[in-house]
Amino acid sequence: MSSWKRKDLTGLDELDADEITFLLDTARAFKGVGKRSLKKVPALRGKTLVNFFVEPSTRTRTSFEIAAMRLSADVVNISATASSLQKGETLKDTALNLQALQADMIVLRHSSPGSSRFLAERLNSSIINAGDGAHEHPTQGLLDIFTIREKFGRIEGLNVAIVGDILFSRVARSNIFGLLKLGAKVTLVGPSTLVPKSFEKLGVRVIHRIDDVLAEADVVNLLRIQHERQRKEYFPGLGEYVALFGLTKARAAKLKPSCLIMHPGPINRGIEIDSDVADGSQSVILEQVTNGIAVRMAVLYSCAGGAGVPV
Amino acid sequence: MNADQHTSENNQQMVMDAESMEKAIRRMAHEIVERHDSLDKIVLAGIPTRGVEVARRLADHIEKIEGVRPYFGTLDISMHRDDLSTRGRVTALEVTRLPMDIDNRPLVIVDDVFFTGRTTRAALDALASFGRPSIIQLAVLVDRGHRELPIRPDYVGKNLPTSLEQKIRVRFENLDSVPDSVFVIKP
Repeated sequence: MSSWKRKDLTGLDELDADEITFLLDTARAFKGVGKRSLKKVPALRGKTLVNFFVEPSTRTRTSFEIAAMRLSADVVNISATASSLQKGETLKDTALNLQALQADMIVLRHSSPGSSRFLAERLNSSIINAGDGAHEHPTQGLLDIFTIREKFGRIEGLNVAIVGDILFSRVARSNIFGLLKLGAKVTLVGPSTLVPKSFEKLGVRVIHRIDDVLAEADVVNLLRIQHERQRKEYFPGLGEYVALFGLTKARAAKLKPSCLIMHPGPINRGIEIDSDVADGSQSVILEQVTNGIAVRMAVLYSCAGGAGVPV
Repeated sequence: MNADQHTSENNQQMVMDAESMEKAIRRMAHEIVERHDSLDKIVLAGIPTRGVEVARRLADHIEKIEGVRPYFGTLDISMHRDDLSTRGRVTALEVTRLPMDIDNRPLVIVDDVFFTGRTTRAALDALASFGRPSIIQLAVLVDRGHRELPIRPDYVGKNLPTSLEQKIRVRFENLDSVPDSVFVIKP
């Protein structure tokens, strides 16, 4: 029987295929909890979870909050503006204070890659990475993979296309690591400025024409164009991006009928995805949101249980 | 459970073989039939992993006896236990599968071994979040003693007094690829 022995989840890169499968299987059990009339189990009763978000986020934080509440944990939210980081305290000192306040688990979002690992190695509390810079967003990767596996019953051998802003995307990285470990074939699609060939070192295919993947893809995962972060030199304009890489109605018509259309949200209707396509029958965008709760319950449950292991 | 695999053959004593397990489960099925009028409504809820198998076999026998197959499901209680952080490792959860509505139906929790009663307590907690059965009973293949809670089984395949150091190992041919058997493992 497989088991889980980690107190932290800082990325999918560090997990092996069995550990990823363990979390997916556990999430399947927790998805059932969301279908009950009483959507709460006592597994984390008496545990305190701190949502420590040094970068703004509503949906990920809310998803973790719902997940923790369904496990009966007590939840405290700390956002960047309210935190002492603005007063000059270091991340480590802030986290040590959270630990001294007896937080059993800290869900961290931070702009610096490696910040979760940094705390995981220094604190006894469980650290769950909710996004560290452009490095990883493991629970988003897991929920995407969970959604794919639920639809196809497997990951191995599937053609997964990830389209868009890969260079800045922690979501893409977590998806790539997890999907490759479970045996999917991953193709990255986007302008060469946002999807450099250097990604091929990870074991994926890199192409610059979305029309080349439409016929073969089992999954198209569209990443949000982070236009608020883009500097002008990465691409000429949104209109040109839509023309070259947007999943328009005409392009969606070329997909296999079984192909899933995914997006981590928030979607830019009319940019990376056509509005009707986002609402269409192949879109699983809202199922991803629902699955996110089950996946985060599985991660919190497993890390809380794994924390009993001597490090 | 894993430690059992390292125990040498001399420390094991077979206390039930395939035939005696079959007889015990058949007798339990008869007892369930005797004590319930509405077998079409009854739910047998097996606790993973081997409680589910006992429940499936009880359902088979009840179907043979009465011609009605009772609903049997899976009730995973791991997320309802109170000792998550002291167990040291987390094992995979099974998906709970019960009829949509268990309100006002008789329900029998089925497990392979009854020991402290804490699993049953967790199962009772778990059931509370699914509904309100008309009656909840407990069926176990082996009652090994050492109750720590005021809970006792309604249907018992075999009473087997043990010491705390001993372990009970239940095996089913279709799950474990060894003949149906119950062993007492001595320390």
